[in-house]
Amino acid sequence: MSKRNLVAAVFFSIVAVIFIFSALLMHPFGVLDESDMDDYVIENTQEETGANNGVTSVVFDYRGFDTLGEATVLFTAVAGVIMIFRRLKND
Amino acid sequence: MTEMSKIVRTITAIAFPFSMIYGLYVIAHGHLTPGGGFQGGAVVASACAMVLVAFGSKWTLDKIKEKRLSVFESIGAIAFIGLAFFGLIFGAVFFNNFLVGNDYLFGIIPVVGSGLADINTAGVIPLMNFAVGLKVIAGLFAIVLVMAYATTNYKEGKK
Repeated sequence: MSKRNLVAAVFFSIVAVIFIFSALLMHPFGVLDESDMDDYVIENTQEETGANNGVTSVVFDYRGFDTLGEATVLFTAVAGVIMIFRRLKND
Repeated sequence: MTEMSKIVRTITAIAFPFSMIYGLYVIAHGHLTPGGGFQGGAVVASACAMVLVAFGSKWTLDKIKEKRLSVFESIGAIAFIGLAFFGLIFGAVFFNNFLVGNDYLFGIIPVVGSGLADINTAGVIPLMNFAVGLKVIAGLFAIVLVMAYATTNYKEGKK
């Protein structure tokens, strides 16, 4: 076994041990450690935002900055693709 | 990308309006049913990409230029950020839902609990859905259109 393979084997076994322990430490499905934020959104979203769809009210109202960043990512992707392929078109 | 056979074009012409109406429905009912601006915009852009594949990029580029799509995308982005700044002006903070509770536009507050949906609710959220939907439609369709057209010219040896 070469030195390179040895290093790779040690590294991957460490990563595997970390993954196994993190899988064992997971809390059961559906049981939250801190559920205050969820309860607040579920109880108050219809009065505060007027939307029946709670997910959209979180995305566009409670967490608007996240959507702003998402829209900026999309804008950057479109600008980059058009910038690259416009040169290929005009030559 | 050259155009495909007549069978594919006919089926595309039949299926295109239904996909389009479904995507626009998802955008317009974003505050009531699952989905929203991003998801409905992706559906509409997929319908436009289907037309692009079936009819060829030259035909599609004759119908709509990618510069116009860029303009539409910028309009969507400006509308989205402008609505957020209106929240700063009329309300207290950035992204404030300033339209909820009024009497004339999207202002009704629904009854708490599960019930029938009213489209005239949710304040500024439907307007933001329209803005983001316009932005996603124009952006994704511009990406697909420009890439298809560039690949066509490259294959024909013009570079």
